[in-house]
Formats: sequence, structure tokens, C-alpha cells
Amino acid sequence: MSAVLEVADLAVRFRTTRGTVNAVDGLSFAIGEGETVALVGESGSGKSTAALAMLRLIADPPGRIASGRILFEGRDILGLREEELREVRGGRIAMIFQDPMMALNPVYTIERQIGEVLALHAGMGREARAKEVVELLRLVGVPAPAERARQYPHNLSGGMRQRVMVAMALACKPKLLIADEPTTALDVTVQAQVLDLIQSLKDRFGMAVLLITHDLGVVAETAHRVIVMYAGRKVEEGTTAQIFKDPRHPYTKGLLEAAKWEEVEGAMLREIPGAVPSPFDMPKGCAFSPRCGAVQPRCRESAPPLAEVAPGRPVACFVAQEGRP
Amino acid sequence: MRGGTVRFVLRRLAQLVPVVLAIAALNFVLAKLAPGDAADILAGQMGHATLEFTEQLRREFGLDLPILEQFLAYMGRTARLDLGISLIQQQPVVELIADRLPATLLLMVTALVLAIATGVALGVAAARRQGTWVDNLISVSALLVYATPAFWLGLMLIVFFSIRLDLLPSGGMMQIGVAQTAIGKVLDVARHLILPAATLGLFYAAVYARLMRASMLEVYGLDFITTARAKGLSEGTIAWTHALRNALLPVVTLAGMQVGHLLGGSVLIETVFGWPGLGRLVFDALVQRDLNLLLGILFVSSVVVVLVNLAVDLVYGLLDPRITHK
Repeated sequence: MSAVLEVADLAVRFRTTRGTVNAVDGLSFAIGEGETVALVGESGSGKSTAALAMLRLIADPPGRIASGRILFEGRDILGLREEELREVRGGRIAMIFQDPMMALNPVYTIERQIGEVLALHAGMGREARAKEVVELLRLVGVPAPAERARQYPHNLSGGMRQRVMVAMALACKPKLLIADEPTTALDVTVQAQVLDLIQSLKDRFGMAVLLITHDLGVVAETAHRVIVMYAGRKVEEGTTAQIFKDPRHPYTKGLLEAAKWEEVEGAMLREIPGAVPSPFDMPKGCAFSPRCGAVQPRCRESAPPLAEVAPGRPVACFVAQEGRP
Repeated sequence: MRGGTVRFVLRRLAQLVPVVLAIAALNFVLAKLAPGDAADILAGQMGHATLEFTEQLRREFGLDLPILEQFLAYMGRTARLDLGISLIQQQPVVELIADRLPATLLLMVTALVLAIATGVALGVAAARRQGTWVDNLISVSALLVYATPAFWLGLMLIVFFSIRLDLLPSGGMMQIGVAQTAIGKVLDVARHLILPAATLGLFYAAVYARLMRASMLEVYGLDFITTARAKGLSEGTIAWTHALRNALLPVVTLAGMQVGHLLGGSVLIETVFGWPGLGRLVFDALVQRDLNLLLGILFVSSVVVVLVNLAVDLVYGLLDPRITHK
């Protein structure tokens, strides 16, 4: 499978008054054509920052992509000129965001906001745009699309707005869709609908999807492969089946345990003790060591590098690398 | 305009009646708090300020009646939109105001348009280049202008543009006998308008520039701006369409609130530039204790202010579709 997107050694830093923070550190991964890859982690793990970095959408200042390569269709996004970058944005790579309430401009109609993409990337005229917008809305399952197109975001429910975001993202048949927590802000019943929608459209247009989420249920349903992030670094990667059946990193195990309680009736809520460390006060050695049940003295001395524990299974954990449970 | 908006305007106009009358009542009380009256002034001017003569004038003007009676008579007239006769100039107040109001409105509107256009443009420019020398230059200049007294600024502009460079007239509204054609007259008035409008507008331009900058920066932090960038829109399009329309709302609010302030400011500027507007009329009415004229001007001013506020509410609805007028 040839890679649509290949990220190598990506580092994103934020300059703050309290010092420089490594929000993403040494992240590498690849997404194959038509593949869905999930980027998983708690809040503060750097997954959303990584997603924004794919299109150089990180506000500078305070953020900056410090190093790395983001190869998309053979070109390094980080080396593109402004105009080239703008062709990729919304044209070849589209993005949808967590909160559809905030992601649409409140003062413009749906038609205008979707139409903008068509005018920009497909050079469509006014009438062609109006028609295409209605088609797109119909495609993403918005009822009465012609009427909805003339309405404003506040006239639509959260689920409808996310469908509009999906329609906007799909307007130019992108090669890659980056979905940053696309269902987090939605009602549970609507979540499944939006996921199904993304899934079916992905198959129909042959898009690859980078799915950013903290919801392992979403991952299980949609992703081919999973990348687990912790404190700005990738700590484990594998196919979805591998990650769910045979997690190697203690953090991944913890995440899965925490997600399981729903299935077992009467079970206590399991959690990973502690919280993601403050980026200003990173522990020495492995960033997960203060919360880890299998911690060893050396984990507090130096950070474990990523190493394959099995083919296609890089894990950043000394214990896992030695093959002990 | 849709039916809903028409009903909204009609209802708001009806609501304005008690508001304007309440302002009129307050004006009366404030005007009566000042010591002395027109009879004193007039008798003094005529050179025979005997007590009898002054009392006679008072009787003529109805100033000898009990204050409550004067008040009720005044409110009754005002409710019928009858502003009375100027005590000193002996002309209907409506005529005196109608003579002067257009000039003041022209000055005010020009200054306001100038202020909003300049302020918005500078605010957007500063926000787009936050933290650079452009931003710093705009912010510091705005602060400087903001802190400069308008009358002094006006005098300095006269010194520079009229006296040193001899580019623009230093006062008045038109030059007699210069322009024969209609276009010539318009151009002549425009030339005379530049300095007073700039003097009056610069202060507000500075206020709006600072507000617009802050407002733009706030909007820039919102998610839909990231969406706009992710679509591939240029920074220019993002600033002037997506951000601007959202960021304008606070500026429109402030501009609406400041119309009364602007009217007061134009009175001062008119004096500096000899602009034949309401300014001189207010001044005379105050000094001469011309109660009818003063109250008439205040009444008309308050009507202008409340009407502009209504207009601001309508502009709000145009800018933000979430606001509906019901």
C-alpha cells in the first residue's frame, strides 16, 4: 500500500511565558491510500496539535513546527509556498473539527460557506455552486437541502452542522480527511450517524482518514490502524485488532481498561491513576512512569525509545520491549 | 425590508415617545437649575435693567408663573412638537434649528463615517500584524490621538493646513461668490468640511481602531477562522470577510452609543472652525438663558440620538443573522 501521508520526526513547540513546551515530539507515522488511522490519547497528549500541524494550521506565535517532514503526495507540506499550501488546504486535504457549533461562521449562510470551497478549488461559478451545495448536502444526509443551504448555522442542530462540515470537507473530493474529534461534541445517537457517514463517504471516494479521538469505541468501529500518543510522543502503534487484543504499552492497557467498564455490568469505573504530566514539569525518563503500574527504576532515569516488539508494532516501553507482561 | 422588520421599527418608534418626553422633562429641570434667566440677560443688554422692566419681561415670557405651571405648559407644547419662540431672537425655535441642523448633521455624519472607516481599517491592519512594528505604530498613534484634546488638534490642523500650506480654508462652510454651479458648491463645502470633520473624527477613529483591533484578535481565536484557513482561503479573505463581519459588532454598538457624545463634540469643533451649525446656537442659548431655544435644541438632539440608536439596532440585524427583529 503506497502512503498518502508520511510524517517523519515531527516536532511542534509552543513558546510560553513559562518556557518552551514540546507539544509534539518526534512523531512519525504513515497513512496508506484509503486507510483510516486513529490518533488516540488523553487531552493534552498532543494529538490535536499534530492534526493541525498537518496543514500548518498552528497559530504562530505561540506555536511553531520545529522540525520534521510531512510528505503528502510526494511533496513536503512544510516546504510549500503559501499559495501551494492553500491549494492543498481544502482541496487535497480537508479537515473537520470537534465543535460544529464553533467551526462554522455564524454570519454567513451554509451555501456561502460550502460554496467558498467550490469557488476557490474548483473555480465554480455562482449557479454551479448553488446546485453543487444542494447536492453535497443531500449526499451527507441533510433533509430539505435546498432550504438548509439558505439558512445560517444557528438554524441547524449540532448533528446537522457536523454534516455540513463533512459536506464542506468533501466538496473537492480530497485525498485525505483529517477529523479532529468529529463526534465528541455530539449526542451519542448522532455520533454513530456522523461516523457512519464519514465511513461510507470514505469508501465511496477512496479517501484516507486521519481520525483524532480519545474515544476507543469510535476507534474500534472505524480505524484500520491505531497510534497511541502520550505527552506529545507516540508510545505504541499497531493494527486496530492488535491494539485491542494485545496492547503492549501499559498506557494503552490502561486506556482499554478504562474503556471496558461500560461492558461489564456492576463493574467499578477503572481509571489510570494520576493525570497527564504538565508540559512544564515533565518527569525525568518515561513520561508515563509516575502513573505506570509496571514502572522500574530505569524508567525514571531515561525515556525508552520506540522499538518494534513485533513486526509493525513499535512500542516505547522498556518492559514491553523485554517481552514481559 | 421584511414585514417583521417594519413592525419592529414601528413598535420601537412608539416606544421612543415616552423616552423622548422623559428626556425633555429632565432637560427642563437641568435648564432651570442654572441661575438667572433670559429676562436678566435681555434687560442687561438693553441697558435699562430696572427691576420693573425685568419683571415685565418675565411676565411676557411667562417666567413669572409657578415653576410647575411652566413645566406643564412646556411639556404640553413639547408633546405637540411645538418648540415655541426664541425668547431672545423672537423667531420660532423650529426655524432657528432647521437653519442650523443640516450643517451639524453633515459634520457629524462625515466625521463618523471617516472615523469608522479609518478606525476599522487600522484596527484590522494592526490585528493582522499583531506584535509587529505596524501594530505598535498603529496602537501608539491611536493612543496619542486619543489623548489629544480635539480643540487643540483642530487649531494645529488649521495652523498646518491653512496657514502654513495654504491648502484648506481655516473656517466657515463655504466661500461666498466662489462657486456658481451646483457641483462647484458641493466641492466648496467639501473643502471646508475636511478639517473640522477630521478634527472631530480623529478621536473616534482612534477609539474604533483600538476596539477593532481587540475585537479582531478575539475573533481570530475562534474555531471558524481555523476552518476558513483549512479551506484554503487567503489571509486577506479571512480578515475582510470572515473575521471583519463578526468583529464589527462591538464597534457598531459603541458608535451608536457615542452619537450623543459626537453631537456634543461637534458643538466644540464648530466653534473652533466657525462652522454654521447648532454649536453656536447652543452656546448663545446657554449664555443668554434662552430657555425655549435651549430646550428646543436639546429636544431635537435627543430625537436624533434615539433615532440613530434605532438605526444601529437595524444595522446589527444586517450584520448578524442571529439577531432577528420581532
